[in-house]
Amino acid sequence: MKTTEESVLSDTAIIVSDGCCVQLGNTPALDDVTFEIKKGKRVAVVGPNGGGKSTLFNAIAGLVPIVNGSLQINGMNPKDAKGTISYVPQKDLINRNFPLSVKQVVEMGLINKRSLNLFSRKQINSKIKESLVNVGLLEKINENINNLSGGQFQRVLIARGLAQDADILLLDEAFSAVDVGAQEDIMSLISDINLDGKTILVATHDINNLGEKFDEVLCLNRHCCAYGDPSEVLTKEVIEEMYGSHFEMFKTHTPESHLKDYD
Amino acid sequence: MIEIILEPFKYEFMVRSLITAIASGIMLSILGPFAINRNMGFMADAMAHATLPIIAVGVFLGFSISELGVPASILIAIFLGYIIKNSNVGEDTAIGIIFSSFFALGFILISVLNVTINLEDLLFGQILAVSRFDVFIVIAMCIAVVSLVIIFFKQLLFYCFDPVGAEVKGLNTNFLNYLFLVILSVAIVASLQTVGIILVLSMLLIPAAASKQITDTFVPSIYVSIIFGVFSSVSGLLLSYFFNLPSGPTMSLVATGIFVLSFLFNKISKKGSLA
Repeated sequence: MKTTEESVLSDTAIIVSDGCCVQLGNTPALDDVTFEIKKGKRVAVVGPNGGGKSTLFNAIAGLVPIVNGSLQINGMNPKDAKGTISYVPQKDLINRNFPLSVKQVVEMGLINKRSLNLFSRKQINSKIKESLVNVGLLEKINENINNLSGGQFQRVLIARGLAQDADILLLDEAFSAVDVGAQEDIMSLISDINLDGKTILVATHDINNLGEKFDEVLCLNRHCCAYGDPSEVLTKEVIEEMYGSHFEMFKTHTPESHLKDYD
Repeated sequence: MIEIILEPFKYEFMVRSLITAIASGIMLSILGPFAINRNMGFMADAMAHATLPIIAVGVFLGFSISELGVPASILIAIFLGYIIKNSNVGEDTAIGIIFSSFFALGFILISVLNVTINLEDLLFGQILAVSRFDVFIVIAMCIAVVSLVIIFFKQLLFYCFDPVGAEVKGLNTNFLNYLFLVILSVAIVASLQTVGIILVLSMLLIPAAASKQITDTFVPSIYVSIIFGVFSSVSGLLLSYFFNLPSGPTMSLVATGIFVLSFLFNKISKKGSLA
């Protein structure tokens, strides 16, 4: 039986994974993954290549079936929760050669299943402008996306999620192929969006200073190695469990607070 | 000058050819920008070649190419879409296998069934031979293609640009995928009599590629592609009449000429802007 405190926490949980298993072909990509993410949290998802970060995002987004266990988004099956999630996939999954304007990409956040849009042109334009103001790119509204930097393009895709008014924002490898300045911009943007109560999951390879950037960290290596406050869960054992013998490389890059059991 | 240009249209067959050329030009060039930006040229070529066995069997059973158009295109689109999605050999390889095997099967069937088809007309088009019934069919297909593109424009654009994002947003991407394949297949099959199996690709891709040279964003590129496509097919038809040239290849070469000019214009204007 749940205590009152636990019930309150469950009530605000937006993503609940209970023994979730996902298979890609005959290979288990996620095995018995259990965690619970509360509404409005900024969560870093870390782990090695092939550790299941993108697969987890695909499962949350309802793109791959759960073969065992359960995954609930806002109390719904991921397939039924489509539309409440905005997904910024890895850059190679998006066709950036498409000659689209920033405005057209953001407007995609307002496209419905039905062909006729329920919004009026005035509402659409105002929503697009509002979203672009939030990501600091209003002046680029008519720019071709080919002319944007990697960081600016990520912000346009985030603006699309804002226009959609999605509850959950999934950013897969948001910091890859962008310079340090752009990473800082995206991170500060994530913090601002987070103030509006949105839940943001960011898959990243960078485990430095996670405590400063995120509320929680989900450590994945096909299974959930740890989940919680970065300063508490990023121990030597967890890092070793994720990266194996390569954990040594994090010794010099990770603040001592994240490796409290190290030495 | 105008009298000279209008002179061929005193013949009914030239009026029929003109209407067919315009309809094919519109259909193919409205889809061209989607196809080139999705890198679907090879797929479109396979669709055109995959029609050969269906045409062979259909003509053997007493149907005309126009009568076969809609069912053949739907069949090809669904078959290709299914094989590509479910094969594990990669998209290009799957298309290559279907492309060559269907084309080979078509030739074998034509030979075994002893079908009377003028292969040259089928491969390079014979617009001057279109019947009144063919014209009605092509117009109907053109209206269907343009209407579906307009109705589903935003969804198709989202899907072509970011299929994963579109699926997560809740769009039915499976439907959009097959819808686009069917529309493309209909446009290709409907244009076979105009430009033929081999050259249909040129009328799909070249006007769109030329348009991309001189436009920055997607919607204007569609309008310019349609203008280039219709101009190529109509002027190709007229040139073929006046100089006694095969119509399909002439249309294709006019489109290529437009592409070369657009390419040069792009290079010169970029050079100018850098100076």
